[in-house]
Amino acid sequence: MGEMVISIQDVSFQYPDQTAFALQDVSLRVQRGEWLAIVGHNGSGKSTLAKMLNGLHYPQTGQVTIGGLTLSEDNVWAIREKLGMVFQNPDNQFVGTTVQDDVAFGLENNGVEQTKMKERVLTALQKVGMTAFLNQEPHHLSGGQKQRVAIASVIALRPDIILLDEATSMLDPLGRDEVMDTIRELKEKEGLTVISITHDLEEAAKADRVVVLNEGSVYTEGTPQEIFQMDQELLQLGLGVPFSVRMSQLLADEGLLLTQRHFNEEELVRDVWTLNFTK
Amino acid sequence: MDIKLHEVEYRYAAGTPFERMAITDVSFHIPSGEYVAIIGHTGSGKSTVLQHLNVLLKPLKGEIDIGSRTIAAGRKEKNLKEIRRRVGIVFQFPEHQLFEETVEKDICFGPMNFGVQEEQAKQRARDAIRLVGLPENVLERSPFDLSGGQMRRVAIAGVLAMKPDVLVLDEPTAGLDPRGRLDMMEMFASLQKKNGLTCVLVTHSMEDAARYADRIVMMHKGRVYKTGTPRDIFSDRDSLTAIGLDVPETIRFQHLFEEKLGYPLKHLCLTPEELAQEIRRLRGDRQ
Ligand SMILES: Nc1ncnc2c1ncn2[C@@H]1O[C@H](COP(=O)(O)OP(=O)(O)OP(=O)(O)O)[C@@H](O)[C@H]1O
Ligand SMILES: Nc1ncnc2c1ncn2[C@@H]1O[C@H](COP(=O)(O)OP(=O)(O)OP(=O)(O)O)[C@@H](O)[C@H]1O
Ligand SMILES: [Mg+2]
Ligand SMILES: [Mg+2]
Repeated sequence: MGEMVISIQDVSFQYPDQTAFALQDVSLRVQRGEWLAIVGHNGSGKSTLAKMLNGLHYPQTGQVTIGGLTLSEDNVWAIREKLGMVFQNPDNQFVGTTVQDDVAFGLENNGVEQTKMKERVLTALQKVGMTAFLNQEPHHLSGGQKQRVAIASVIALRPDIILLDEATSMLDPLGRDEVMDTIRELKEKEGLTVISITHDLEEAAKADRVVVLNEGSVYTEGTPQEIFQMDQELLQLGLGVPFSVRMSQLLADEGLLLTQRHFNEEELVRDVWTLNFTK
Repeated sequence: MDIKLHEVEYRYAAGTPFERMAITDVSFHIPSGEYVAIIGHTGSGKSTVLQHLNVLLKPLKGEIDIGSRTIAAGRKEKNLKEIRRRVGIVFQFPEHQLFEETVEKDICFGPMNFGVQEEQAKQRARDAIRLVGLPENVLERSPFDLSGGQMRRVAIAGVLAMKPDVLVLDEPTAGLDPRGRLDMMEMFASLQKKNGLTCVLVTHSMEDAARYADRIVMMHKGRVYKTGTPRDIFSDRDSLTAIGLDVPETIRFQHLFEEKLGYPLKHLCLTPEELAQEIRRLRGDRQ
């Protein structure tokens, strides 16, 4: 077993003046170096949970421990140094008046020295392909450009844990792959832990583990293979299946023979071919 | 209502040191009742084009015909209310179009602004909220106390309640859960098919563009790169990859299958359903 970097225990949370709980008895553990995807219907509590890990909300019952620190108002800044978050709406995250100031802001707060800071800002912006916009005001960017800058700001901080709340929802497919590959590389090289809240099933399929939230509670968790076996049940939960699984279903419905439902297009093609076209 | 763009150009912060060219020489036609998808890399000018369709932005060069009106560069345009009523936009960020203290007031604002009586507007709000898959008690809540996907749904409901002739959608499914995304796309398609609405969709989902659009406009660096039917556009993979895009997953899968087969299928399959049927048919032929 690897080292636990996050442990959430029996956490519940209710927004003021709301009858329903946004989170109810949520327990969850995350290992160092793991890529965890969190999926769930709109309003299932994903962003509320994310904001709790970032110390924007505090649990009303239960407790949250991050990198050995139990979240409280006293250590929220220490926790934010360990865990960097990209918000669902990038506009809520911008603080600088130019793209480069915005990325530098967090570094300055952490006391990173000037020349080092410059270099880290540039490297981060390079990684997301935004060096042509250094002096643009972040609010005056296109949707996808805003998301790229928001991601750069967190990459530059080099936290131990990155939490992405639908951080690539407005990127074009290639751009999304590029950004995700960058983060995957940081995970492989530097042991970064990644928590990714996403509605993108292809992305969830690449995670080490998937947690499904439903109406504020953990519905189930497992490997992507385990989760996407559920198919019909997933629809009820507001979810769906990745392309290869869907394609497998459709081919099976058409009467083609398959050994199993596939998560990988190459394997699916090979299977369809061998069982149906080589006799 | 036909919309035609003629050599439209727009620069942000024009005349200041921060001036930035966003679109230039953009011409294309949105025929009444059609479903047009606009695709393109991040920053290619899609949202800028959309904001011209109901004159939130005015061209700095060129002109736009919107129904019987012509919006031309360098002219003062008065009385845009009729256009705003008939062309409804769902913005890329729902936060940019929500502002009232309750969801109900927010949804009613558009219709009442255009002369619909309060009671009727409230009825429209109830209908619209159901259409976007939210419970009726959301109407009493503040739109800013909702989750991202719930806000998105309210923003869509607000535009539907105006009963526009042209539905302009800027990545309307970003932030929706997978089920909601499917339901919402099917709803837009049915409004277009059954009620004759015109749909203009900006999307990063090549799958949605392939499935729903009659016509696709490809944007690249502020210009129209190419227009055509989904079949035209997606049979030319090279021109897509040249501007940072690619074919839908279905077509990638078709290509993988064709590699095994050694020859191409009779036609390009735009949806997974179509491809599964085609593969079944082919197996039948070979047996
Ligand atoms: N308010 C603004 N002020 C200055 N420049 C802007 C503004 N909004 C957009 N731009 C610039 O204009 C260009 C086109 O932006 P636009 O928002 O139309 O792109 P887009 O195709 O919608 O991109 P995305 O897919 O990322 O949403 C971009 O380079 C962007 O940086
Ligand atoms: N500021 C707030 N005040 C009151 N209720 C809120 C607030 N923010 C969220 N909620 C409610 O709490 C529940 C969980 O919201 P949350 O934002 O965590 O959902 P989510 O899973 O992130 O959804 P989405 O996929 O739409 O982003 C929802 O029912 C939402 O309406
Ligand atoms: Mg959320
Ligand atoms: Mg845009």
